[in-house]
Amino acid sequence: MAITPPQYLLHHDGDNVAVAMEDLQPGTLNGRSVKQGTEGTAVLNHAIPLGHKFALTDLAEGDAIIKYGIKVGLASAAIKKGDYIHTHNMRSYRWEASRA
Amino acid sequence: MGSKPRLMGYRRENGTMGIRNHVIILPLDDLSNAAAEAVAKVIPGTMALPHAFGRLQFGEDLQLTFDTLIGTGMNANVAAVVVIGIEPKWTQKVADGIAKTGKPVAAFSIEGKGDLQVIQEASRVAAMFLQDASGLVRTEAEMGDMIMSIKCGESDTTSGLGSCPTTSQAVDRWVEAGGTVFFGETSELTGGEHLIADRCIDDACRDLFQLTYDNYIKVIESTGANLLGSQPTQGNIAGGLTTIEEKALGNIAKTGSVPVVGVLKPAQMPDTSKPGLYFMDSSSAAAECITLMAAGGAVIHLFPTGQGNVIGNPIVPVLKLTANIKTSKSMSEHIDLDVSGLLRYEYDLEKAGDMMMDVINDTVNGRLCKAEVMGHREFTFTKLYISA
Repeated sequence: MAITPPQYLLHHDGDNVAVAMEDLQPGTLNGRSVKQGTEGTAVLNHAIPLGHKFALTDLAEGDAIIKYGIKVGLASAAIKKGDYIHTHNMRSYRWEASRA
Repeated sequence: MGSKPRLMGYRRENGTMGIRNHVIILPLDDLSNAAAEAVAKVIPGTMALPHAFGRLQFGEDLQLTFDTLIGTGMNANVAAVVVIGIEPKWTQKVADGIAKTGKPVAAFSIEGKGDLQVIQEASRVAAMFLQDASGLVRTEAEMGDMIMSIKCGESDTTSGLGSCPTTSQAVDRWVEAGGTVFFGETSELTGGEHLIADRCIDDACRDLFQLTYDNYIKVIESTGANLLGSQPTQGNIAGGLTTIEEKALGNIAKTGSVPVVGVLKPAQMPDTSKPGLYFMDSSSAAAECITLMAAGGAVIHLFPTGQGNVIGNPIVPVLKLTANIKTSKSMSEHIDLDVSGLLRYEYDLEKAGDMMMDVINDTVNGRLCKAEVMGHREFTFTKLYISA
């Protein structure tokens, strides 16, 4: 399998969030979806560490964050495509009291 | 896959198959830890399992402590047991429960004798048990003879991408070969519990699963607490996981694709005539969960980790795998298998599964895992409520 190691992965095509596969600097990155194997590129706006997430689309406050093709939380603030996503702008929709 | 590996284990008196041959000194209660640990010092090669509870518990909470103690003694990785308690009644109850397996068990109680006399009497028996256990030989074993358990910890986003899918490969292969697997972590299914419900083999199983899940969540939600930092943990958050739902989907990614054949209470043993994947109602705290699963009969545990958990168990080898290259490098003394190459596309999931099975086979056959080498023996009871 001569595949260049991807800089980010998303679980499914259509997920609106991707995961950094190394400590990343802002810029244009090469990535891949695990399930379908679709290759793509994305722009990252902030430096983020390995394992952390960034947005693949613009999101308004309250929009669903999709990973594994499933809703895993809500945007708790407006998020721009390429922005870092974590507890500062994403929250659980199941455990309402659980937020930063 | 290549040729079928040769697996060798210890066939116990009741037909169960173990992969370790421990002689354990089991305290009934916190007060008996000192005597139990003294016996294990007098007779090196035996192992004491100190713990914090066993006094003034009642009702279901007391029953779970009995089930945990008895189940631990019954586990097929245990050759023989010395039980030590403060008073004779409950001590004998635990010994009698374990004795149903047919394995050697002896009970000692401290009241009216004191620690020193009990240590002397128990040490004589422990010495005999250890020598007899050392004479037992491994015989041919099948995956179908053995129970595996799975539970992840200090997960991060690499868990759901690499170490959990690799564990899934092992789960499917184990079950397809006729074996039984436990998974649990009730609260950590939140956001993906419907995926597990959909995999339940029939309506009775699905209803019991849903009831079990709902009851656990009711207790958590009734506190009204902000769980961020507890579930997901601070380690999870440091690793990039943000919500319980996101963590849950990674957790569920390790459960394979086989159906869920049954739902177990904490520490409950499965129906041996019905092998397959079982859900065990349990905390997601690693030591509690693995202690319960070992009491239910698991003899080997797979532990995917992201940020690097160091958990072990006194009687069950806990194998750790990670797809986080930083963890694999910085905590190599704890990591049994690095599957970070999966995320670099150096090999595929099938190959990662083969690598996992190789480590499992070696561990079954007696090679110590990292947690055993490092002396991690976390033995932790689940308390359902306050003591009287």
